[in-house]
Amino acid sequence: MTKRHSLATRIWHWFNVVALIVLFMSGLNISNAHRYLYWGDYGFDPADAWLSVIRFPTWATIPQRYDLAEARDWHNTAAWIFALALLGMWIASLVNRHFRRDIATKAREWSPSALWHDIREHLRGNFEHGEGKYNLLQKISYGFVLGVFLPMMVLTGMAISPGVEPIAPWFIDLLGGRQSARSLHFIFAWGIFGFFVVHVALVIVSGPIWQLRAMITGRTGKEPAHG
Amino acid sequence: MVDVKRRSLLAGIAALPAVGCTELAETQAARSVFDTAEGWHRAAHRTLAGRQALAREYAPEDRSPDIRGNGSLTVDTPEYRAQLASGFADWQLDVRGLVDNPMTLSLDDVRALPQRAQITRHDCVEGWSAIAEWTGPQLSHLLDAARVREEANFIVFRCADNLNGSDYYESVDMVEAYHPQTIVAHRLNGEPIPEKNGAPLRMRIERQLGYKHAKYLTAVEAVASIDDINGGKGGYWEDRGDYQWYAGI
Repeated sequence: MTKRHSLATRIWHWFNVVALIVLFMSGLNISNAHRYLYWGDYGFDPADAWLSVIRFPTWATIPQRYDLAEARDWHNTAAWIFALALLGMWIASLVNRHFRRDIATKAREWSPSALWHDIREHLRGNFEHGEGKYNLLQKISYGFVLGVFLPMMVLTGMAISPGVEPIAPWFIDLLGGRQSARSLHFIFAWGIFGFFVVHVALVIVSGPIWQLRAMITGRTGKEPAHG
Repeated sequence: MVDVKRRSLLAGIAALPAVGCTELAETQAARSVFDTAEGWHRAAHRTLAGRQALAREYAPEDRSPDIRGNGSLTVDTPEYRAQLASGFADWQLDVRGLVDNPMTLSLDDVRALPQRAQITRHDCVEGWSAIAEWTGPQLSHLLDAARVREEANFIVFRCADNLNGSDYYESVDMVEAYHPQTIVAHRLNGEPIPEKNGAPLRMRIERQLGYKHAKYLTAVEAVASIDDINGGKGGYWEDRGDYQWYAGI
């Protein structure tokens, strides 16, 4: 009963869900405008593309028709909610020690046998086997999503904006150029989509009702299975 | 029972972006939220980078093999054909509007002004990029020579091309107009600008997307407000498709 999601975590989680859904679906619409990805600073000829992306169907996009201008409005607006919420979450997680207590891992946790044990427990359907709030695989995936994937979405998104580039041209160089930043934006977006699929699947497998209730009310205590 | 309700509520929330976005986006409230977000982006860019911060400039070997032509690829009039054939000997660029000294320049006049050459990246709103060297006078030279009045808040670019029945035009605020890399280009990679890229004159607005870089330029006009020009949104694509007027995002 002591394992509660903090208010900051819960508020951020739901803001993040809404912002990510809008960003992802409007992003698919934007992708349809030029369905080719390149490495380097420039790229405009499909013959030079490292990836030719499918045309995403309109049911998967915001808005529900090809409209680059309106998709950009949704995308650029949701980007503020996403980025500011992420910044707020990081500040809260450092201040309330959520990061150090629940997510950060110690070197000894990374032993192959510990990882193997964790994978086996997952396959058996036992997700409540860690010492703290989260088990090892949870810590690793939440750590990567919070620490790498979500921040990289913000940073690669900014790197693509021509008005941002004069702030820190070296950062665009570090990413390998604007078209590389655009490719990375796409890759990280699908990485987050992959996390989303696994995350939702595990919530469903581990008891969706009390998991959802926990992320809304904060109570995470495991209750009898008939709940 | 509570759980069933909660589940349908969550399903409703999940379906909202898919079903409700199109209708929602057409409301006045959504429009103003979008415009606010766009304004925040502009303010953030200018605060963090500085108003005169330069876009990245590249070395000659970084140039791309071509600059793709997009939008209008020519001006479909007999007058333009004749100009193209004569090397634009009679092309005129007007500097007008809220200025004390309206001017009409020939291409020779434009070439005689102090020149700036810059190898920059052209980013299209669709997502692609191309790199080339652009040469021409800074717009600030023309504006200073024409003595722009205090009450001017925007510079409007008038173009010879007509897309889908409307004359192309664009506009920027005075910060962008006086930016050192905002030039009236007449050369691309050392050669006169090709037809598909906007011959004989096109704007370079280096910190914004390609649709701001008006091609087939015929006039530069200082105005107090863009509200009464064509659709009132400050540009061809802004009027036609609600594209963002600030195209630095």
